[in-house]
Amino acid sequence: MSRSPIERQIESSPIDGKIVFKIKGLTKVYGMGEIMVHALRGVDLDFYSSELVVLLGPSGSGKSTLLNILGGLDTATSGQVTYRERDLTRANEHDLTEYRRFHVGFVFQFYNLIPSLTALENVAVVTEIATHPMKPEDALKIVGLGERLHHFPAQLSGGEQQRVAIARAIAKNPEVLLCDEPTGALDLATGVVVLEALERVNRELGTTTVIITHNSGIADMADRVVHLSNGLISEVVQHTVKKRPGELQW
Amino acid sequence: MKGQVFAIVLIIVSGVATYVMLISTMNSLNQTRDRFYLEYGFAEVFASLKRAPEDLKTQISKIPGVEHVETRVVADVKLDIPGFDEPVTGRLVSVPDHGKPLLNKLHIRKGRSVEPLREDEVVVSETFAEAHKMSLGDRFGAVINGRWKTLVVVGTALSPEFVLQVRPGAISPDFKRYAVLWMGREALGTAYDMKGAFNDVLLTLSPAAKTSEVLIQLDGLLARYGGLGSYERKDQMSHRFLTEEFRQLERSSKVFPLIFVAVAVFLLNVVINRTIQIQREQIAILKAFGYSHLDIGFHYFQMVLLVVLFGVAGGIGVGVWFGKGLGNIYMEFYRFPYLIYELEWNVVMTAVLINLGSALLGTFHSLRKASMLPPAEAMRPEPPARYRKTIIEHLRLWHLLSQPARIIFRNIERRPIKSCLSIAGIALACAILIAAIFWKDAVDFMVEVQFKLSQKEDLAVTFVEPTSRKAIYELNGLKGVQYAEPYRSVPAKFRFEHRSYRTVIRGIESGSRLHSLLNTDLKPVELPPEGIVLTDYLGTLLGIQPGDQLTIEVLEGARPVRQVPVVGLINQYIGVMGYMDMNALNVLMREDSAISGANLMVDPLHQTDLYKKLIQMPRVVGAVVREDEIRNFYETQAEAFLFFTFIATLLAGTIAFGVVYNSARITLSERSRELASLRVLGYTRAEISYILLGELGLFTLVAIPLGLVGGRVICTYLAATMGSDLFRIPVVVYPATYSLAATVVVVSAFLSSLIVRHRLDHLDLVAVLKTKE
Repeated sequence: MSRSPIERQIESSPIDGKIVFKIKGLTKVYGMGEIMVHALRGVDLDFYSSELVVLLGPSGSGKSTLLNILGGLDTATSGQVTYRERDLTRANEHDLTEYRRFHVGFVFQFYNLIPSLTALENVAVVTEIATHPMKPEDALKIVGLGERLHHFPAQLSGGEQQRVAIARAIAKNPEVLLCDEPTGALDLATGVVVLEALERVNRELGTTTVIITHNSGIADMADRVVHLSNGLISEVVQHTVKKRPGELQW
Repeated sequence: MKGQVFAIVLIIVSGVATYVMLISTMNSLNQTRDRFYLEYGFAEVFASLKRAPEDLKTQISKIPGVEHVETRVVADVKLDIPGFDEPVTGRLVSVPDHGKPLLNKLHIRKGRSVEPLREDEVVVSETFAEAHKMSLGDRFGAVINGRWKTLVVVGTALSPEFVLQVRPGAISPDFKRYAVLWMGREALGTAYDMKGAFNDVLLTLSPAAKTSEVLIQLDGLLARYGGLGSYERKDQMSHRFLTEEFRQLERSSKVFPLIFVAVAVFLLNVVINRTIQIQREQIAILKAFGYSHLDIGFHYFQMVLLVVLFGVAGGIGVGVWFGKGLGNIYMEFYRFPYLIYELEWNVVMTAVLINLGSALLGTFHSLRKASMLPPAEAMRPEPPARYRKTIIEHLRLWHLLSQPARIIFRNIERRPIKSCLSIAGIALACAILIAAIFWKDAVDFMVEVQFKLSQKEDLAVTFVEPTSRKAIYELNGLKGVQYAEPYRSVPAKFRFEHRSYRTVIRGIESGSRLHSLLNTDLKPVELPPEGIVLTDYLGTLLGIQPGDQLTIEVLEGARPVRQVPVVGLINQYIGVMGYMDMNALNVLMREDSAISGANLMVDPLHQTDLYKKLIQMPRVVGAVVREDEIRNFYETQAEAFLFFTFIATLLAGTIAFGVVYNSARITLSERSRELASLRVLGYTRAEISYILLGELGLFTLVAIPLGLVGGRVICTYLAATMGSDLFRIPVVVYPATYSLAATVVVVSAFLSSLIVRHRLDHLDLVAVLKTKE
């Protein structure tokens, strides 16, 4: 049974203290040609239920690697990441697929929609394999695309495509939403619309949301901002007052 | 790209190999034949007669255009080979006692030729000697003109006259049961009461001679000596079979390689297109650096050139290898003293030009597009693929389809031409296999019709000459004969309007139990009491219809010429002839119930004893056991059939594999991003494989029935173009052949998808997400 957005909002108010991800001594080393790159050098960090976290840092700081490991797309060299009680660093391919399928929603910089499917079908791709999905139409309404259900990606603007991607990510009612540079390919006005959609999802559905960006302007909408630099956490800023996406500037 | 290019090279290799194999075998056999004919003085005109004095030779040599004349004595004999219980017949041919023959000279393989005047010495055809493992000095029995004689093998030989050694009326060579023997002229003449006489004549002609004129004059001279009608080389039995075989090779060499070229060009086009798409940015950079349209076009042209040249080079190598294999198989049937295997330059050039030409034609559009691409535009990524709703979405069923299924259908419909060509390619693989091996089915069917439905006897006996019907009582009295039925066989020339054909009229008793005439539906038809029934192919050859009057010139006895109405056409796959009621034929011949032989039903228990008795009957010149004939036929064909099936399976497998593999790889390259995205969204490996391979599975499923139908169409074409008066090939494809073709295609498709599946399992999810399309 899928719960209504309102029920979930009551059940878990923002930052209720429940740990979603627990990261301990996370290290990632990979080879690029003959050079070994230390993407993460022993990161310790927790993510809490329903919070909106922005991972901020320049390119090469390790933020994407961190997000990929959180999303079950990459494996750690050492250290541990647990999602709820699940040890992601020890999960096999099958477990990771299942984890992505039922617990995580992804939003990518380049949208990654299926070009041969309409907006509605792109969302249905996920709801078809989920256990407690919302209706694809409802997901698209949340991101303000209730009127563009039957358009193909090629018929939508960049912002609209990204909002379809968000609808696709939230339609399975995931526990966490991982967004990799969601506004990277968009102009300010369009970017704001997309961020508003993310903010609304976080606020109304209480989905733990992690956004990575190198754009510090976005940080002001977060509950918490984690600065990464050279594979290490350099600073964590807790916001008591969050800006609305409309008020952001970059 | 490596795998894809390899698959295309393989298909070109297959096409060129097929072409080189067929053409080089044909050319080699052709050249070998021509050289053999030339070196061994193969005659150009042939005639058999009853008996003429040797003096007639002078008159024959005076016919304008005649160069050389050679007279001979030829006779059919029964043989008794120690340790072999089945009836064996042979043809005894005389060789001059003094000097070598001028025409149809022997190529002695072992031993020597016969000594003059030796009555017991024979040279034996090599095939027969091999089949019975005979050595020089071996002895065997023969009934020569009714007298038992022991013959000694002094040599084995080949002759241009018997390159293919087939007993008249048989369907294939039978090296065990049919022999050609050469004996001294004097000895043979004495045995057959032909001293100072001959019953067979061979001519060669001067280059300016008009063959038809010579034939008319020769027939005129031989008529009063019982001439059976002269004929030219093109109608000589062994030569006819060779010519037909070459014709089949030539037809096949045109049909099969073309299919490969078509498939290779299609795949080359797809791959080049995709390569250009992927390399857009590089093209742009090169252009920005000042490379010209021509430079870019030439770069991709070199790729095409390389693929084609590799393919052609490989194909020639494999083709020569296959060609030699095929040549050796042919040498089992066609006996030449040597095989000149030669690959002519023009064959190589044709292979290069056809493949390169078609490849360029097929990729021209893509090459042009690449070379004309403006640098600025090329720098930008390709615009996103446009999709629209497909036609089948209007069906109610659409809503039941899962999203992955929708992806499959939309992709198929987005590129209708590519989809159709992929399907066509797979279908061709299926078709090519059917067309290459349906011969077996056709031949099975021919044998079934000829020997189960039409000729139902166990054993056929031929008499030396027309005999009284009373001989049947004698046969019926033999132990083991359950039933005997007479037949009459009369050599004749049929004429209608300006067309004529030399064959035999077969007289059958009304109500025959052992010989049925069949209509086109293979249902038995009654032989009318009057008039003549022709095999339908003969009807076509003569342009005659039921109701027309056929002129029959009998070539036996009093040689009457009569007008007989054609009362029907019947279906017969092997040979062409006319059928008449035996009484009507006897009346036509003005003879008193004469018969030429008999068909017997035999008790298998007494079969061996019966042969022995038949051999000893002076009147019987030959006996053929149907079962042996059929078994021998399959034995001789088995190796050739295996060879063809093996090659066809290999080639068809290559096509199916190449098409499926290439389609899969291109699709994977185009959609790896999409598939990786789905993996990120939680789709399992199996689920994304379904999207990619489902499309190919669907193609294969659609292609197979099309291929089965297409295969049958090619069979129909081949059968239609290869039919001749020797035999007509029925278009029969048995379910086993269809299922073999379908299986080969499915297995090839499955194997190639396994390889692609392996790649799918190793998609780099992170890398794909980071890049822009």
